Parts: sequence; C-alpha cells; structure tokens
Amino acid sequence: MYAQMIQSEATAEDPDKLAAFEARIAAGEKIEPKDWMPAGYRKTLIRQIGQHAHSEIVGQLPEGNWITRAPTLERKAILLAKVQDEAGHGLYLYCAAETLGVSRDELTEMLLDGRMKYSSIFNYPTLTWADMGAVGWLVDGAAIMNQVPLQRTSYGPYSRAMIRICKEESFHQRQGYDIMMKMAFGTPAQKRMAQDALNRFWYPALMMFGPSDKESVHSAQSMAWKIKMNTNDELRQKFVDETVPQAEYLGLTVPDPDLKWNEERGHYDFSEPDWSEFFDVLKGNGPCNADRMEARQQAWAEGQWVRDGLMAHARKRAARRVAAE
Amino acid sequence: MSSVNPGALPQSDEAQPKKRNEWPLWEVFIRGQHGMSHRHVGSLHAPDADMAIRNARDVYTRRNEGVSIWVVEARHIAASSPSDKGPLYEPSESKVYRHPTFYDIPDEAGHM
Repeated sequence: MYAQMIQSEATAEDPDKLAAFEARIAAGEKIEPKDWMPAGYRKTLIRQIGQHAHSEIVGQLPEGNWITRAPTLERKAILLAKVQDEAGHGLYLYCAAETLGVSRDELTEMLLDGRMKYSSIFNYPTLTWADMGAVGWLVDGAAIMNQVPLQRTSYGPYSRAMIRICKEESFHQRQGYDIMMKMAFGTPAQKRMAQDALNRFWYPALMMFGPSDKESVHSAQSMAWKIKMNTNDELRQKFVDETVPQAEYLGLTVPDPDLKWNEERGHYDFSEPDWSEFFDVLKGNGPCNADRMEARQQAWAEGQWVRDGLMAHARKRAARRVAAE
Repeated sequence: MSSVNPGALPQSDEAQPKKRNEWPLWEVFIRGQHGMSHRHVGSLHAPDADMAIRNARDVYTRRNEGVSIWVVEARHIAASSPSDKGPLYEPSESKVYRHPTFYDIPDEAGHM
C-alpha cells in the first residue's frame, strides 16, 4: 500500500509487560503515546507511518505535473485542492509518527538519504490528462481499500490520522472516476487515452498492496499488534472485485486476459502483477525514481533559507518581547 | 497529545546527526460551527504562533471545520501520566450516587 514491505521487529521485552500490552490490544484498547509499548511495536510503526507520510508527500509530484495543464479552470481548481489534501495527509501522518519519538525533519532526512521509502506507485509517470483520472480512480481507490480498515489500528494517533484522511479521501477517488467518465464517454481519441491510462496503471495499482504475505512473519506480527488489519491478498482481491464493474461501466477493458468471475469463490480470478518489476522499482529502478528524489531534494535544499529565515525572525521577535517587558 | 522527544533513528545506531534548526511543535485546538468547546485536532510545526495559526488554517480547516483556532506550543502542555490512571480516577469511580440512574423515582412522579 502506501506503506509496502514494512519489516516488523521482534525485540526482547519483559514478558509480563508484553503480555499486558498484547491483552490491551486484543481487548480493542488504543495504545497512546505515553503508554508502555514494545520497542519493536514502536519501530515498526515509525517505519510504517513514516513511509505512509512520505508517500503522501511524494504522491503530490505525479499529479502536480498536470496542474498547469488541466483542461479547464474547474479541473485545475479541483486538482489543486486534491494535491493540497495530499500535503495535509502527509502532515497528519508525520504528526502521528512524531508521537513515537522521531521528529519530522529526521524522517525527511531519512527519506532524502534513502533510508526510508515511499510507495512504488509514485515512480510511474503521468503521461496524459487521462492519467489524472486513472490515478484518482485506481491509486486513491487502492489507498482507500487499505486505509479504511486502518482506522481501527491499535495506535491511537495513527488511527485518528486515518480517520481524518478517510473522510477526505473519497473526494479524491470520485474526482478521478469523474475524469475517467468524461474521457471514456468522449471522442474516440479521448476513450483511447482513458484505455491507455488504465492499461498502464492497472498492474502498478495491484502492486500497491505488496506481494502475497501468506508466508510472511512480519505480517503475522503486525496483524497481531493491529498495525496491519488485513493481508495484502485480501485487500488486493477486494480492490479487483470493486474495480472491475467500474471499468465495465466505463466501457474499458482491464488489461488482463485471464480476468474472470469465479462463481464458486464469489470473486474475480486475476493475474498477478510482475513482481520482479515491483522489486526493481523498490530498488530505485522505476521510470521516475530518480526524478522524484531529485524533486524532493531540491525542494528541501531550496526551502532551507525560508525555514531558517522564519525561525530567525521568530527568535528576534521573541527576544524583543522579552526586552520590552 | 503529541510529546516529542526526538530519539534514536529507527533504523540506525549511527552517531546522532548534526543539531537541527527545527521549527517547534504546536498543538492545535479548533472550535467547530456548533458552539462546542475547542477540541484538540492534531499538531504541526511552525516558527511562531502567527504562523502556527496560518498553518493550522491550511492543515486542519480545509473543509470549514472551524470558526476559531487555538495553538499552544507542545512543550507548554502538562499531561497526566498513564501509570497514574488507577489512583487518579479512582475517587470518581467509587461515587455511583453522582449519576442520576442511582436514584429510583416512581413512574407516578412523572418525567424527571
């Protein structure tokens, strides 16, 4: 998802404290910042929330690419509002991570020097306006699939951030589908663009959920701690089941010859994405990895004087106030 | 409530990097449209109170969530400790007569 391949960490803990902690989680209690928690729970959460926050921030780039070229003033205003929301979502999540004892600037530095990652999906380019539709519909759609259950996650600040985000996210998916409808029901050329966008974003969207985690010990630990609420495969299936009828309504074809309704299972059968591509993109070899990191590094470096200047101004004013008293 | 004690980096035991010139953390409280009290909504970073209010406007009220914003620097907030939970709240737990349902009022007396 927005946080993929998160390694959970087992740490040696006082067995009594650990048992009491796990009993609280099993009872559905929320864990709050000052409560005792195993070091592994804290570390796993910092990784997961941090990666989620970075994804929101980096996720502004592929859409920001189209703000100046939106086809109408209304579409431009909508896209601006959506991209602004993504910045807000990143900030909610950084705040949640900060309650675990890491600062926002530290997290940013870890992103910039490659110690932390963001979702693989944002390493794909947005080549046409139809991609704005596909991103909202599929990428935000996949994100919602994951974020709705995370509202019930065990860590209070993360859960509250998810609740806020989910409230705002449905606008994102609907505006994307609205763009897709306009394109798919437009001229033949527009419909071809819509189909092309679906072709390019389908498998990367399926990859957002991460590889099958049937065998993963990390997933088992995260699920026991309610840091992760569903398996990757469950969420991917749910996404496919919901999305296929939406594609049919648009008159578009999902680029999977083996996609078929399975009456017996009550779900669609579908092809797995190419996982070697996924791992390659995570390693930094996707079409836009270098561009995305360069844009973040540039923004951070060129914003330095603003951050420092405002801080210097605030200190000067505070000193003057003290002097006047 | 966020309390920030920047600690070790999650994935490394390397020496702490250079001291950061990080904007302080502010807690944000917003009063909604319906005459309720200000409510804690989250936190943000800003160099001073004026900027904290501006940033809070952008981060926490993009959809008319509020008519009034309070900000306070996080380091000025004192909070009860989770380990005090029992002793701190015990006095109220033992006083069931503080709740209206403690008293049986006959139906004949009408609504009360």
